[in-house]
Amino acid sequence: MSLYILAVDDSRTMRDMIKLALLPAGITVHTADDGIHGIEVLEGITPDAIITDINMPRMDGFGFIDAVRSQEKHRAVPILVLTTEAAPELKQRARAAGATGWIVKPFDPSKLVKALNMVAG
Amino acid sequence: MSAEIDPMAEIRASFFIECEELLEALQGGLETIESGEDDPETINVVFRAVHSIKGGAGAFGLEALVRFAHRYETVLDEVRAGRMVVSGDALKVFFQAADHLSDLVRISCDGAALPDAETQTLLGLLDGFLGSEAKTDNDESDIEFQPMGIALDLGFDDDGEPELEEPEQGALPTLDQPFHASRQTFLIEFMPAAGFFETGNEAALLLRNLSALGDATVVLDADQLPEFANISPVVPHLCWQISLKTDGSRDDILSVFDFVEGLCKLDVSQSQEDATPQPEPAETPSEPAPLVTPLPKDIPAAVNTTASEKKQANAAPAKSVVRVDLDRIERLVNLVGELVINQAMLSQSLEQSGLSPHSDAMNGLEEFQRLTRDIQDSVMMIRAQPVKSLFQRMSRIIREASSAINKEVRFHTIGEGTEVDKTVIERLADPLTHMIRNAVDHGLEGADARVAAGKSAQGNVSLSAAHRSGRVVIEVSDDGGGINRPKVLQIAIDKGLIPAETKLSDAEIDNLLFLPGFSTASVVSDLSGRGVGMDVVRNAIQALGGRITISSTSGEGTVFSISLPLTLAVLDGMVIEVAGQTLVLPLNLVVETLTLTDQDVEMVSPDRFVIKVRSGFVPVFDLGAALGYRKPMKTFENAVILIIAREDESQSALIIDNIVDQRQVVIKGLDEGFYRAPGIAAATILGDGQIALIVDPTDIIDGMVSDVVSLRNLVDLGVPA
Repeated sequence: MSLYILAVDDSRTMRDMIKLALLPAGITVHTADDGIHGIEVLEGITPDAIITDINMPRMDGFGFIDAVRSQEKHRAVPILVLTTEAAPELKQRARAAGATGWIVKPFDPSKLVKALNMVAG
Repeated sequence: MSAEIDPMAEIRASFFIECEELLEALQGGLETIESGEDDPETINVVFRAVHSIKGGAGAFGLEALVRFAHRYETVLDEVRAGRMVVSGDALKVFFQAADHLSDLVRISCDGAALPDAETQTLLGLLDGFLGSEAKTDNDESDIEFQPMGIALDLGFDDDGEPELEEPEQGALPTLDQPFHASRQTFLIEFMPAAGFFETGNEAALLLRNLSALGDATVVLDADQLPEFANISPVVPHLCWQISLKTDGSRDDILSVFDFVEGLCKLDVSQSQEDATPQPEPAETPSEPAPLVTPLPKDIPAAVNTTASEKKQANAAPAKSVVRVDLDRIERLVNLVGELVINQAMLSQSLEQSGLSPHSDAMNGLEEFQRLTRDIQDSVMMIRAQPVKSLFQRMSRIIREASSAINKEVRFHTIGEGTEVDKTVIERLADPLTHMIRNAVDHGLEGADARVAAGKSAQGNVSLSAAHRSGRVVIEVSDDGGGINRPKVLQIAIDKGLIPAETKLSDAEIDNLLFLPGFSTASVVSDLSGRGVGMDVVRNAIQALGGRITISSTSGEGTVFSISLPLTLAVLDGMVIEVAGQTLVLPLNLVVETLTLTDQDVEMVSPDRFVIKVRSGFVPVFDLGAALGYRKPMKTFENAVILIIAREDESQSALIIDNIVDQRQVVIKGLDEGFYRAPGIAAATILGDGQIALIVDPTDIIDGMVSDVVSLRNLVDLGVPA
């Protein structure tokens, strides 16, 4: 079964890295540049999982998760937060916003794949 | 990693490009803060820029960059959180840190040696803004942020299938399985709690991941499942008992539940007897199909975007861009150049075939010409970039230069949005840097002298860009004391550049600065005297097909003005003939063409002539003689002249034999192997395949003028009487 994911990050480098890490695992990656863009992209696709950055222009990761969770269609989609900080309060905040899990940047490709498989199967 | 195509290298390259953009955003944000026009979003932009650089740098194991960016970010975060107010001093440090960050980016890119001392100094300054408890936090984070190099195995697995296909094999966990396979049995009790489903978690997946660790026996405990009518799909009711026989450790098991920690009741214990699990039929985990019934949601439907959207309106709209390799554009530009030549050849041969100008072929050709020009303009626009990035780099030079010699300098930029060919921008950086340094170092007086002269203690340096009659004019100006002409003259005489008794006009003295060998290094600080004289600046500008001029007013300041062609590739030219040679002149310099009679010409001194044009006198030069094609003409009867306008609006007349055509020509640079003759800018290929030289008339006139002592009279006559 091939996964279908949406990666939201304002850094092109990060988006490229995510693609590079996931493509060899047979995972199809859609990308968006920020929260607002992510919501727009979500109108057209139903991903198996979403990866999102926190610090983004226009709409940050927390706002994005909120917006995703408020859509009936995506209420249960697993969302992984990409964060540079492993601070517990950040994890707590991400979870409060409705994130399923988190990945600490810089991520190891195999860990990312593993995390995705853990939440999305 | 395969040697041929290395996607990581590609991403790395694109990361550094992105860094440039981020650094620009950082710089822009800091400038906005400096100007006092910032809003809450500004600091976020600044913070994000640093944050993104850190994130990317971490991925590539650029440790120095990560560490510095991290500490910088920490301080910015304080500002963002409203815990720190940006004072003037702090802003200065932020600017320095931004500069240093951009250095580190460049160094990381090139792999040069790290400026550790500078890094330490700046880190010290940055940390100074943080409280003591924040510092300890830093150290921890540093450890936390150990960048890891990424080794990507880009080869697909044997069958190219994701490992997920066989969950039983659990390929992922087996990776970390130690060799000493001592199987243990764990008893796990797992019960999802409130919030479990809301965060997108899924019990079945966790159970599957768990069973991938070894042999699992899963028993469902559905005792707490309420009556069907009372079931709420988002409230967990089920509980599972798992007996897991695994080679893994307790931590391996806990890592499966990493994301749901706190969202479930979890109890992991090691089975004492370590017996084989009861052959009880494992019940497949089943649970109520979650989230099928729409529920009144307590999550607010309206997301808090309104505020950020409003801010967005203030900021410049992000442009949608495509990233193209410069080589491809070069190739396109070259091809369009060939197209222009080809089209010229075609029209020439059609004209010679004697077709009626109203024939279909000629009409079609006209259309073809128009299209060619449109294509050309569009291609040129691809390469055009606003000079903003260049100006930002200069603002850094100002900061460094002014702090190095303790002068307070205010930097003004005008026309940042002016677009110039990318190549031109890149090649302008060095000459401009030097000019800016000069302006700060030599141009501006010290604070005391300024105050004594009735000026503000803080000096002003401006950098402006504007399009003017088909060229780009870039000006560096200061409000300093102006060029010290007696001193400049004395230096030139001392160095033997000019004879001691030479009498020169102010403008000529100013131009002495451009003489090779006129280095002011001995007279000045170490700042601008870095072995680069203004002659090098002028050469660099000339190599771009540009010109540089000075105007200086004693006590009021100096303006260096650079005039550049918009593009390096194509020119609207006037094709002329002189002494049997075909030459091309830039059309935009020609303001008027005339045919002379001898009466029009007046001799002001032997071999020096002026003509009366309208109400003014204009010096006349024979282009053929200037280029050495022929001896100066004895008579001017029937000579064709072109009135050439210079940037300073003075005019000169050039004698030529014939005007052949006006057309676009493709500029072909002259190879290094050619002697760089004054007045010859480049070459081109004409429609008939002939090669013609492109003449820079201003250069020629300057050359004619500079070998005469009485030139001043002539130049002065160029001003309308």
